[in-house]
Amino acid sequence: MNALSEKLLGGKQGAIHLAILAVLLLVILPLCLDLFRLGLVGKYVTYAFVAISLVLLWGNGGVLSLGQGMFFGLGGYCMAMFLKLEASDPISTKIQTTPGIPDFMDWNQIVALPWFWEPFKSLPLTLLLVLGVPVLLAFIIGMAMFTRRVGGVYFSIITQAIALILSILIVGQQGYTGGVNGITDLKTLSGWDIRTDSAKYWLYFVNASLLILCIMLSRFILTSKFGMLLLAMRDKEERVRFSGYDVASFKIFIFCVAAMISAVGGAMFTLQIGFMSPSFVGIVPSIEMVIFAAVGGRMSLIGAVYGTLLVNFGKTMFSETYPELWLFLMGGLFIAVVMFFPEGLAGLYEKYAPYFSITSLHTRWLKKVQKVSGESQ
Amino acid sequence: MRNLNQYCKLTKGFAGLPIACAIAGLMTMSQVFAGDFPTAAVNTTGLAVTDSTVKVGILHSATGTMAISETGSIQAEKLAIAQINELGGILGRKIEVIQEDGASDWPTFAEKSKKLLENDKVAAVFGCWTSASRKAALPVFEKDNGLLFYPTFYEGLEQSKNVFYTGQEATQQILAGLDWIAKEKKAKTYYLIGSDYIWPRTSMKIARKHIEQHLGGKVVGEEYIALGDTQFGSVINKIKLKKPDVIYAAVVGGSNVAWFKQLNAAGLNAKKQTMLTISVTEDEVLGIGGENLEGFYSAMKYFQSLKNVNNDKFVAEFKKAYGEASVIGDVTQAAYLGPWLWKAAVERAGSFDVDKAVVALPGYELTSAPEGYVKVDPNHHLLSKLRIGKWLKNGQAEVVYESGLLQPDPFPKGYQ
Repeated sequence: MNALSEKLLGGKQGAIHLAILAVLLLVILPLCLDLFRLGLVGKYVTYAFVAISLVLLWGNGGVLSLGQGMFFGLGGYCMAMFLKLEASDPISTKIQTTPGIPDFMDWNQIVALPWFWEPFKSLPLTLLLVLGVPVLLAFIIGMAMFTRRVGGVYFSIITQAIALILSILIVGQQGYTGGVNGITDLKTLSGWDIRTDSAKYWLYFVNASLLILCIMLSRFILTSKFGMLLLAMRDKEERVRFSGYDVASFKIFIFCVAAMISAVGGAMFTLQIGFMSPSFVGIVPSIEMVIFAAVGGRMSLIGAVYGTLLVNFGKTMFSETYPELWLFLMGGLFIAVVMFFPEGLAGLYEKYAPYFSITSLHTRWLKKVQKVSGESQ
Repeated sequence: MRNLNQYCKLTKGFAGLPIACAIAGLMTMSQVFAGDFPTAAVNTTGLAVTDSTVKVGILHSATGTMAISETGSIQAEKLAIAQINELGGILGRKIEVIQEDGASDWPTFAEKSKKLLENDKVAAVFGCWTSASRKAALPVFEKDNGLLFYPTFYEGLEQSKNVFYTGQEATQQILAGLDWIAKEKKAKTYYLIGSDYIWPRTSMKIARKHIEQHLGGKVVGEEYIALGDTQFGSVINKIKLKKPDVIYAAVVGGSNVAWFKQLNAAGLNAKKQTMLTISVTEDEVLGIGGENLEGFYSAMKYFQSLKNVNNDKFVAEFKKAYGEASVIGDVTQAAYLGPWLWKAAVERAGSFDVDKAVVALPGYELTSAPEGYVKVDPNHHLLSKLRIGKWLKNGQAEVVYESGLLQPDPFPKGYQ
């Protein structure tokens, strides 16, 4: 039991960092911010799921996926489909040609609910699919690529292409997916109105707690033997393979885990924001999420969360203050990060934090005292 | 105005002094004092209204792919607000603008709408452009009971208590235009082409029904191009094969430039091919180039070249504010109507409260619109006319047809 908690929390240092993050997300921010700003933080936190998944996959596994947005999007879409069906009951859609189906289907002359929408009538099945669909897609992509030893930049490019294909598919099949508008106007989750203030608070806390859980799960993976193998594969893949390990299945596994964590973020996004659109699936959001992880530090789970929060706060603040100039400011921020601290916030912290830690302050103070006493003698 | 009438009735009743009434009337007409409308009375829902100011939001894309289209709307809305402020504001209060950037990203529109309504408590928002951005923002406006003035011509199929649509809905833009081209050009065969999203698809659905059921024509092809796509080679080949009497087009954004250039390169210019588009305004022509469009037709409710007193004044003031080279498209003019309609709503209601303003606006007739007379219908859309413009080399259109006032019908029976 002790060993398990050690692994989940990542040692004493890790436990402190995690506790600080938890207190910040669960106590300080809800107390300091009004509901609107807290809602924004809630949205940023959903992106942090993807950033964490990239720390696992990219920072520790050396596999850079430029298509994490598609897993975020699929998780979000699965949740949105359930909510949309609930919002499209025959009574509230009675002005349509075919009542009881989502409004965008009606606009596109579809007269019956397509078969793949059927499972989303049930909540348990939906929750299963929120995790299952992205994992299945990741498994298929992983099987196709890793067993053929496709890696490095080729893997990145292919994931990017798949993300693009998926977003084109969603936009093109608007009768089935809502097209470029996405799935909008979501109202209730099993009768519970997700738009009320109390619901927003609940969702925020569920969201933040899930994030902490996902960090602990990732810690567990990274501190296990599997985590060591992951690092070894990143640094010398051939050696691991020659030692008799099946590199491909390890990579497929971590890719599936990353997809699942991203999907949780997507589903929470849909619940909190109240809609899902293909603009979260394509290349741009996927790359943006890589930037979040990079700013935070791609090796650090906690750093990635702070990176996501920081970049998004910057985005919101800059765009509110300088509606015409803010993109340049964001660009400047990214260039500065890459140029001056390539290891991200976490790298910065690791470099300077020891200098300010209690023990190091104490040693320096001792040295100073010795020096002063030496001089006085 | 209601106050004034009551005052007149009172004076008449008591002393029968029409002169006093006229003088009082003149004074009230020329200057509305904020003191006449105490803040507590005109704002019972906690909006950002003080004794001297009222806050409104402008929410368009100032950055990203839509910035080129939406900038005109921002300019028009700011111009209208400046003009209203010069006239003394609304209920004696100056309008203050909070501008937010939707960044051509639909979720951002939802986020910024929320910010404007929940944080800034603005009394009205002028904004959104694409249908997708409106669809993303709409639930926010309905939940927070905000008030949105939406300027773009769009697909219809929507009517919200919290939105006034100052552009045309699909049937207003489509039916009269098709009637004209069928009669004028004796068109029998039509080729429909549009960008692949909700507005062109819905528009083409309505167009097809109208062509087949009412005009006795035939649709010989229907194609959709992904947003932003620039390859029209195969479509143009199909068009050459089918030789339609009319190409009916709703291609938007950057694709437009490629579409018209490639048509010209393939020899399909206006001398050989008739085309009616519902997606090209003066703004787009700037990018496409007048020479590539010369002779093709657009169906819009407004063209910059419209000849009337309101429009002459509007064009002059717009150019004074934003430079001689600026052009005004259909949506820019529709955006200009937003602040004026809101002013009317608030003054008719005698209150900034959304619930009261929303009820007060239907039935209002705006005679000073650059496009001419418009009237607000109970379904929150405008009664307006449709014009057909023939494009000239200089990027302006010659108006060749003007319909009567068209009733907005966002849920057209028989076209769904």
